Amino acid sequence: MKKGLLVFILFMCILAAVPQFLRDPFQCHLLIMIMMYATMSIGWNVIGGYAGQVSFGNAAFFGVGAYTTAVLLVNYNVNPWLGMLAGCVLSVGLAVIVGYPCFRLRGHYFAIATIAVGEIMVVIFTNWDYVGAAVGIYMPILEESFVNFEFHSSKIPYYYIILGMLLFAIAVCYAVEESRLGYYLRAIKDDPDGARSLGIDIQKYKMIAFSISAVLTSICGTFYGQYVLYIHPSSTMDLMMSIHLCIIALIGGIGKLFGPVVGAFVFIPLMELTRVYLGSEGQGIDMIIYSLLVILIAIWRPQGLWALFSRGSK
Amino acid sequence: MSADILVVDNVTKRFGGLTANANISFSMKEGQIIGLIGPNGAGKSTLFNCISCFYNADGGRIVFQGQEITFKDPESICRMGIGRTFQIVRIFKDMNVLENIMIGAFLRNPRRKDAQARSEEVAGIFRFTDKLYLKATSLTISEQKRLEVARVFATEPKIMLLDEMMAGLNIHEIKESVELVLRLREMGITLVLVEHVMEGIMPIANRVVVLDYGEKIAEGTPDEVINNEKVIGAYFGQKYAKRRENKTRIQ
Repeated sequence: MKKGLLVFILFMCILAAVPQFLRDPFQCHLLIMIMMYATMSIGWNVIGGYAGQVSFGNAAFFGVGAYTTAVLLVNYNVNPWLGMLAGCVLSVGLAVIVGYPCFRLRGHYFAIATIAVGEIMVVIFTNWDYVGAAVGIYMPILEESFVNFEFHSSKIPYYYIILGMLLFAIAVCYAVEESRLGYYLRAIKDDPDGARSLGIDIQKYKMIAFSISAVLTSICGTFYGQYVLYIHPSSTMDLMMSIHLCIIALIGGIGKLFGPVVGAFVFIPLMELTRVYLGSEGQGIDMIIYSLLVILIAIWRPQGLWALFSRGSK
Repeated sequence: MSADILVVDNVTKRFGGLTANANISFSMKEGQIIGLIGPNGAGKSTLFNCISCFYNADGGRIVFQGQEITFKDPESICRMGIGRTFQIVRIFKDMNVLENIMIGAFLRNPRRKDAQARSEEVAGIFRFTDKLYLKATSLTISEQKRLEVARVFATEPKIMLLDEMMAGLNIHEIKESVELVLRLREMGITLVLVEHVMEGIMPIANRVVVLDYGEKIAEGTPDEVINNEKVIGAYFGQKYAKRRENKTRIQ
């Protein structure tokens, strides 16, 4: 475990130093996307991996985070950082409202219900004039500063902000893993009835896990809005995004702390690079490549790519 | 005379048209071992599930330490101090032995360190000390059943409901189980055992409750129950019971 900590610190130092060596803004963008997806996928992993409640609706939290911040900023001139907090509160609210009925469903039925919830959100936001409907919302251009959460001359400040969020997500997930909550979630995944017989209120713990998941996804929504400065329903709460979060965790290692990080470093470059270099047809080709990858991993490494690194250690 | 720790009062449970338990009543005192026996399909497991609130009874009352628990849920029952095991072993398959016990220990020890320390103690009692980091699924069936009991024990129950913990074990393992049950009683735990293995349950039970077709047909000390005509009828058929009765009369 000591060795693992050293590797982790080294990895984070490299990530922190990398912007000094980047010449091309696209490389910076790519790393930002990798870290954003890694953060969200860690969030997905808390509910989908540890607790075994596969959610295909997590993009809804991303959307709530992005929209809450945007609406507050545009209509009420509220600072985006406060907007981020408000987004987290609303996302947790949504998680509780969705979780209360849906957690009564078991296995695949929960997954199906979350797809429905995600799609309902898209339909609502596409038709809701107050939040810009299908056109979306443009963020006002403010003076660039950390407080305003806007930078126009360089992507590097965004890079460090998302790196901080990734660290936060790793810290949260580590705390979950090491605490009673983490053990209980694994017990719930393994055998819900057995867990109940040992006094575990499974509804409550699933709800806590879902809320943590919501917060980690929601802050990324805020980040995305401030980074791209334009949001619309299909860029912030698309079903495909939820599926990507699941696939990233799956490739990397479900229910493992660093699984989603490894997954994001493999999956996002694949997705972005094929999209850039293979032009408009790229969309199809990267799908084919990643499907192949998922199939191969499922056959040879069902525990995910993380298992390649962690052999021997715990 | 201490008050009854558990009272089962006229409990009825139906599944559609099938009455799995009909007006079953019995009560038990602290520190007793109660055997719950009967042929397959007699309703023993159903009654177990009613007491542990995995099912809610359709009629009657279940009272634990003076508090009615008939309509509570399994997790609150466990918190109140009634622990149970399952007929088919339900250990956590992806965890090792220590982690399995910790899931139980977390109930009274929210902090990880405390839960781990407590679990290591429990593992000692159940002779798992040298197997702490083995995967639970790599244990033998008899060890897995013992692990399930250990896990429940870690929740610090006052009553333990053990569902067929001796089924499928060899004679040596049954002996171990019996010793384990007796040790649990010494530690002040009241026990209800559903059991088919008579040589396991009869020597240790204070009282035996016999079910057949969902009804209680007998209750008493093991000796009384063994000689009860209805019980013999239920196990060996009415014909055998009659023949046996005639024989004793002739003698």
